[in-house]
Amino acid sequence: MQLYLPIADIPVNVFLILAMGAAVGFVSGMFGIGGGFLMTPLLIFIGIAPAVAVASVASHIAASSFSGAISYWRRRAIDPALALVLLSGGVIGTALGVWTFTLLRSLGQLDLMIALSYVVLLTTVGGLMFWEGLRAILRVRRGVAIPLRRSGSHGWIHGLPLKVRFKRSKIYLSVIPVVAVGLIIGFIGAVMGIGGGFILIPIMIYLLRVPTSTVIGTSMVLTLVTMVFATLLHAVTNHLVDAVLALILMIGGVTGAQFGARAGQKIRGEHLRLLLGLLILAVGIRFAVELVIRPDDLFTIREAGGAG
Amino acid sequence: MSEIRFRTMIGMMLALGVLSAATPTRAERLIVSVSNHRVTVTPNYSGEELVLFGSVEKDANTPSTRTAYDLVVTVSGPRADMVTRRKERKFGIWINTDYREFLKVPSYLALFSNRPFDAIASPEVERRQQLGLNNVLLMQRVGPDYADVVPNDPFRSAFVRLRSEHGLYREETSAVTFLTPTLFRTGIPLPAEVPIGTYDVEIKLFSDGQLVTRTETAFDIVKVGFEQFVATSARQNGLVYGLVTAFMALMTGWMASIVFRKD
Repeated sequence: MQLYLPIADIPVNVFLILAMGAAVGFVSGMFGIGGGFLMTPLLIFIGIAPAVAVASVASHIAASSFSGAISYWRRRAIDPALALVLLSGGVIGTALGVWTFTLLRSLGQLDLMIALSYVVLLTTVGGLMFWEGLRAILRVRRGVAIPLRRSGSHGWIHGLPLKVRFKRSKIYLSVIPVVAVGLIIGFIGAVMGIGGGFILIPIMIYLLRVPTSTVIGTSMVLTLVTMVFATLLHAVTNHLVDAVLALILMIGGVTGAQFGARAGQKIRGEHLRLLLGLLILAVGIRFAVELVIRPDDLFTIREAGGAG
Repeated sequence: MSEIRFRTMIGMMLALGVLSAATPTRAERLIVSVSNHRVTVTPNYSGEELVLFGSVEKDANTPSTRTAYDLVVTVSGPRADMVTRRKERKFGIWINTDYREFLKVPSYLALFSNRPFDAIASPEVERRQQLGLNNVLLMQRVGPDYADVVPNDPFRSAFVRLRSEHGLYREETSAVTFLTPTLFRTGIPLPAEVPIGTYDVEIKLFSDGQLVTRTETAFDIVKVGFEQFVATSARQNGLVYGLVTAFMALMTGWMASIVFRKD
């Protein structure tokens, strides 16, 4: 069934988009992430303008993280104080991100920067995850115990001032790194059309030492608020949010996520990390190839913004 | 601002030129009509063809030696500023480097005639009357100045080529058919991607390589349906649109958490 997307300005097959939403939802449910880093590239690969893909996926991630956040809230797996501090940075980061997005778009370099950011971020994170998963598997094979938490190894982060006690997470931490993390995630989320969960969760665990009981729920609150905010800002400044596209993605996404979550519980943690690492790496490489090979047409036309 | 003034100036100059050239020798009158003055584009619109009909009315002043006519129809859609960019290989990757800005160019442009333009008029007249895509004025911003460039300029030809690939720029030198020596018709194809707005149709009558007379008509293209409503509200009420989209996202998420609640 063909449907004309009003903002993306192209006809698409509804079932293709629905299937893509479900597939990405499945993966995101399986790994406990938002899945924006997969959704945005897929949309770009089927021919939707990168700018529209980024802006529309923001609302799709908002939907999936909201349903996730509700269930984590019920299980009291969200640290409200920590979420609030993260958000203070996240909101500023998102605003900066949308501003940068608008600037790059007027310079004609937005598509390039989106592609470059994907290459750098995804190959780095994917490579690290893959490597880490591989080492964990090898260690298990050899029967070496995995040191879960190196207690006492307090890094420079724990020497920073403005310390606050986050009760539910049971950590005593300076607000400076927390705000900074929120800012960075908000920024790259708005520019790249990702929730940032796949970067945020490792940072929170390894750098901020947030316990695993609250890490996913709290990160989802950050994703939720920054993505709702990004949707609003993209809609107001660039008029690029395709609500029809977003709705189809959401419906596919939230459904797929439920099945993904069940599948994820049956796979061992290190295997899961290895798979996720591979997946992220593959998307990054796909972007890199696209940049290196000669495009079919060297010329592009775009209507100058604002002129009506 | 200055570009608008410049355009108006050119427009006036052209109009004056046409008038002064046409008035003394006016002996024929063109009567035309399009099959539909208001085309509605629905979500499942997949292109349509309008028909333009017309006839050449002779009067007492018409030289009796004048028997054969040539006709050129120019259809131009709503105008907009457009940017053409060129990719170049830098540091091993393909990057947009150079660009040209086309000012107030038609978003749709079609030129139809009954035979090739070079058979209708001399190159000089072709240029002055803007016959053919190579002779149509496409204003560019070149540094601080505004000018059109030679037809084989890489940016100009890429612009025309890309628009033509989408069926938005076209040139057909056999599209106009004379049913009788004075009665003619031509089809105006409108692809699925046609921009909405007012389309100006200009009909020029030539005889023996000279412009005899000209006339104009117009039609509107309007889009209707849910998609158009969404597109219009996104442009005109960004904030409300964003709020509604965000609310829709939250509702979907909330409903999913109810439907799939495990406990």
